[in-house]
Amino acid sequence: MIKPASRWPHLDIAELWHYRELLQTLVWRDVVVRYKQTFLGVAWAILVPVFTAVVYIIVFGKFANFPAGEVSYPVLVIGGVLPMQYFASSLAGSSLSLAGNLQLVTKVYFPRALLPLASVIVPMVDLFVGLPVLIALMWIYETWPGGIEVLMAPVFLGLALVTALGAGFFLSALNVRYRDVRYMIPVFLQVMPLLSGVMYAVEEIPVKWQWILSFNPMTAVIAGLRWAALDANPPNLERTAVGVGVALVLFFGGLAVFRSSEPRFADTI
Amino acid sequence: MAVAIQVEGLSKSYRIGELQAAYGTLRESLSHAAKRFTGQEHSARQEVIWALKDVSFSLEEGKALGVIGRNGAGKSTLLKVLTRITTPTRGRAEIRGRVGSLLEVGTGFHPELTGRENIFLNGAILGMKRKEIVAKLPDIAEFSGVEKFLDTPVKRYSSGMHVRLAFAVAAHFEPEIMLVDEVLSVGDAEFQARCLGRMEDIHTAGRTVVFVSHQLQAVAQLCDRAILLDDGQVVRDGPSEDVVAGYLQTVTGTSSSQTWDDEESAPGDDLVRLHSVRVTGADGETAETFDVREPVGIELAFSVLRDGPPILPKLKVVSGGMIAFNTMDVAARWREPSPPGEYVATAWIPANFLNEGLVTVDAAVCSIDSPKLHHHVSVHEAVSFHIHDPLEGDSARGTFTGQWRGAVRPLLDWTVEEG
Repeated sequence: MIKPASRWPHLDIAELWHYRELLQTLVWRDVVVRYKQTFLGVAWAILVPVFTAVVYIIVFGKFANFPAGEVSYPVLVIGGVLPMQYFASSLAGSSLSLAGNLQLVTKVYFPRALLPLASVIVPMVDLFVGLPVLIALMWIYETWPGGIEVLMAPVFLGLALVTALGAGFFLSALNVRYRDVRYMIPVFLQVMPLLSGVMYAVEEIPVKWQWILSFNPMTAVIAGLRWAALDANPPNLERTAVGVGVALVLFFGGLAVFRSSEPRFADTI
Repeated sequence: MAVAIQVEGLSKSYRIGELQAAYGTLRESLSHAAKRFTGQEHSARQEVIWALKDVSFSLEEGKALGVIGRNGAGKSTLLKVLTRITTPTRGRAEIRGRVGSLLEVGTGFHPELTGRENIFLNGAILGMKRKEIVAKLPDIAEFSGVEKFLDTPVKRYSSGMHVRLAFAVAAHFEPEIMLVDEVLSVGDAEFQARCLGRMEDIHTAGRTVVFVSHQLQAVAQLCDRAILLDDGQVVRDGPSEDVVAGYLQTVTGTSSSQTWDDEESAPGDDLVRLHSVRVTGADGETAETFDVREPVGIELAFSVLRDGPPILPKLKVVSGGMIAFNTMDVAARWREPSPPGEYVATAWIPANFLNEGLVTVDAAVCSIDSPKLHHHVSVHEAVSFHIHDPLEGDSARGTFTGQWRGAVRPLLDWTVEEG
């Protein structure tokens, strides 16, 4: 049944489920293509966060003496770099996913949400490949998870995914009409680590500033992961709730924008 | 019979402003919005064009429908709506069955991936299940003829290999309803023939096909029915041969006679000039339509200007988009050089010979310059006429009233032995 676009955008879960094999294939394609024709291949998934972390550790840890809280600084940093790397790849990938698959969008039908969705799943692979670095550092500095709270780690990763996907829905729809998005994203991703507590422990800064940063869901993600996996102090509940709230607003707002402009993607892309 | 596709009042509009702003920057849009807000620019300026206007039709299960029309008539928009790539502005369409579309072979092929990997990728994009692809992989590989290179990245393929692999995947895709757009425009003659053959197979296997094409001959051959779109509207709907014939006549702008009064500008060279070409009945009168049971005369009037090589009047007769035959007058009178003067030559196409539909005629006067024919005059689509069958049971189709294919339809003598 083909009708004019409905006024009320919603995510058709049944349809997404029907197209799950295509989602798998798109994820598989992006993972395979990512490392084809690179000399070091999957090693990049380790080299990039390690290099970033080393720079942070030297500049912010040694020269600037950023507050680390109770966790040793290198572990703290790599624990922030990995999820931030995931977020950055997810956001950039999903925002450009529609325009980057122009041929598919104009030639075949499938729920367009698959494209940003695939783009936030693909960087998971990098994240898992990068995990041994974190575990090695944890072993060197003898920083082990405190207990049962380690089970919360996937939940906080999920929060990063929801945040990136929400922003990705919004930005990819915007990018269909305005290619400005391509230029906005790198600038935004440059300041994100500073605003998310990647190279410092957020509970060490003045509370007023902690409140401001709490509107960035990635602050909650990183603080939460450090608590769950690195035995850091538990994150402040209210400020975490603010982060989760912002993430959900972003997700549903982004989804609404995406779904309402979806019928015109093929016409305007 | 069950209806596979039901389309009712389907309309699709584009705002021209929207098309233009498609690649605009945010700044432009913001400044437009600001101007509109302050009243410096009127939003009514945005013009609306209707790519589809109130299109309705229904297609029965197992039938093949051709969609023809000029560029910009709305053919591709219709297909995009039916495949759900874009949504209609008004109206509705109901499709019963699993839909597959071939809007372009090789959609989504990734150059970095190997042939095998691309089979899986392309198959999934077309809508095949993974299990299905695994089962068909050997067939697809064999059909493509690039088995040896299945583990080579597609970027190292020649364009021919690329197309063959892409088509092999598409050919093994078996939806209940197949929507095809211009796949035949790519590839060489052999490839096109294979595409057509494959579509014929799909159709004979009882699947529903919607075929959008500029290749009128293919539409006439393959489809049971056709609709002609013009300016977003269905202007004709009927048996594919009839619709193609009607379309050809409007496109070619031909009629049953053509005359050139001024010898200087008349077609021809220093030896021969054409004066007129006419289609006549047995009574010698020019006519547009002929009963299939009567003979048709094609008359060429021309002058020979000087002594020269022996010349021959020649015709090419095209029926339903297919060349029915070429014919030359090979009588003894044309074996010797023709003295200068006026000539009128008429070729008689026998009754019960051409099939129904539009017939166009290319007229020429040639001389034989072995191994070539030298055309002194050649007029493409000089005249056209319609053949119709009043269905009285005494033509080659007997009492059958359905579709009857072919460029010609002779009434033959059959010998029958009963034993």
